[in-house]
Amino acid sequence: MNDALDVALRLLIVFVVFLTFPLIVGQAEHKVMAHMQGRLGPMYAGGFHGWAQLVADGVKFAQKEDIVPAGADRRIFQLAPAVALLPYLLVLLAIPIGPGEGAVGEVVDAGIFFVLAVMGVGVLGSLMAGWASANKFSLLGGLRTAAQLLAYELPMLLTAASVAMAAGTVSLPGILDAFEWWWLPWQIVGAVVFFVAGLAELQRPPFDMPVADSEIIFGAYTEYTGLRFALFLLAEYAGIVVLCGLTTVLFLGGWHGPWGADGVGWVWTLLKAALLAFVVIWLRVTYPRMREDQLQKLSWTVLVPLSLAQIALTGIVKVVIA
Amino acid sequence: MTLAAATVAAAQTTTTAAGPQGFLSPTGVEIAFLLVGLVTFGAAIVTVTTKQLVHAALWLVVALGGLAVEYLLLTAEFIAWVQVLIYVGSVVVLLLFGLMLTRAPIGRSPDADSANRWAALAVAIAAACALVWVVVDAFRTTWIDLDGPAAGSTAVTGASLFQSWVLPFEALSVLLLAALVGAIVLSRRTAAEQRGADATPAGERPAGTPAPGGRPTGADRSSAGARPTSGARTEHDARPSGDDTRADPAGSAPGADDESRGDRKEGAR
Repeated sequence: MNDALDVALRLLIVFVVFLTFPLIVGQAEHKVMAHMQGRLGPMYAGGFHGWAQLVADGVKFAQKEDIVPAGADRRIFQLAPAVALLPYLLVLLAIPIGPGEGAVGEVVDAGIFFVLAVMGVGVLGSLMAGWASANKFSLLGGLRTAAQLLAYELPMLLTAASVAMAAGTVSLPGILDAFEWWWLPWQIVGAVVFFVAGLAELQRPPFDMPVADSEIIFGAYTEYTGLRFALFLLAEYAGIVVLCGLTTVLFLGGWHGPWGADGVGWVWTLLKAALLAFVVIWLRVTYPRMREDQLQKLSWTVLVPLSLAQIALTGIVKVVIA
Repeated sequence: MTLAAATVAAAQTTTTAAGPQGFLSPTGVEIAFLLVGLVTFGAAIVTVTTKQLVHAALWLVVALGGLAVEYLLLTAEFIAWVQVLIYVGSVVVLLLFGLMLTRAPIGRSPDADSANRWAALAVAIAAACALVWVVVDAFRTTWIDLDGPAAGSTAVTGASLFQSWVLPFEALSVLLLAALVGAIVLSRRTAAEQRGADATPAGERPAGTPAPGGRPTGADRSSAGARPTSGARTEHDARPSGDDTRADPAGSAPGADDESRGDRKEGAR
């Protein structure tokens, strides 16, 4: 009974995090973008600096009519948002935020493989949406999503493999247990490659060619309205949370901080992840969208060689210190 | 093949369960294993029988995911996640990409059937029988203890892969490398072939202005880039070579659009 309660409590906490953190990132995006562009952003909803703006948005989305285009493949069209969103919920389960057994939803033995595999499944949602909408812009968006995933999955896996080599384990808490501060300069190239590839996988600017509004309206999500559209948006922000959490755990030492991890480990994790989320928003404001051929070129000619070099470096250092 | 493996594995559990517990009191894991096996089997059947191309690919996701769950139930966690990563995350995405780039009509495709289906069925059944027989024969008396320490954890899998089975593993990787090199050789055409290939299929295109013999114009070239063959090439072309950057995804995008729209009209109305 105690075990069941423990599991239920963990699932509940992860679920609450899943529902609130993406909204916090979204609200931060509203305000940070606004201030970077010399304006205020939402100010009215909720009274204090528009804190309830996303809640109001949610109410608006819920009120909208749920439309399925006449020519669309109904079931796949309706299923796609769930396929896009649920993988991120599963990934959150495996990300440890503090030391010990208590600070992770579920300890997964092959944690790196689990998170990368399940994140890859989320892209299927965009593909399904793009195809099932019976809209040429959606189909183009789906195609671009697939091309982008194929290009950026590889550097992401390779850099994650580099960390796994360094730590000698593929379990996420295991990697953090093995972490030393000098891993930071050692794996810094891998960290940048992983983060950039993750951004591309989430289709965040400057890698938002699949949803380029000036060319193909909103890519795979063009035909969606109401709650289903909101679910796709939520998936994007949940993706940011997951990516920042993963980069923190794999490359930035997770709960390790300058003054030890006693009791405040989870604060360090959240702080680092929040900083990365800020960078994600910052990149959106500062960089123009990359063209499709530039996207492919960046991945195959820059990121893949860099990640291979990182693996080589990891291997050499590992052998030398062994 | 994978299907056969699933049924074999299902048969495996039931035979091994005949030991201490017996058939009449199966454990929860065994029941779950059997049910997931049935779902996987059903999804695999639908994959090969459905007339809707994209649905077939999505049912394949269900079948492959079901297999991953079976691996999990047998405590082979590492294999399960690799299965999801490679098959669901990459192979199916590649499959969908290819379908959407060439033809992915919504609704039934009347030509999504093959005259070879009986031959295919015979080959499938023969392969399944061979696999079932080999696996049952090889593991007849082996017992997987699901309650003990995980027999398929990452450490155990890695150790056996790189100690006992390192030679077959390396041989397989050389095989894959050969396939990779072969694919690149096949898809890389010389400049002369390229010019010839650009001119010939122009006449086959239903709409548009064919330019037989002459050098294709810029607009013609960009839409010609959407033919399935060169569309498939773009992945390789994205590599640094940069000899014809115009045929990159950016160039082929508008053309792919035209073609898919044509297919969609046929499929939807």
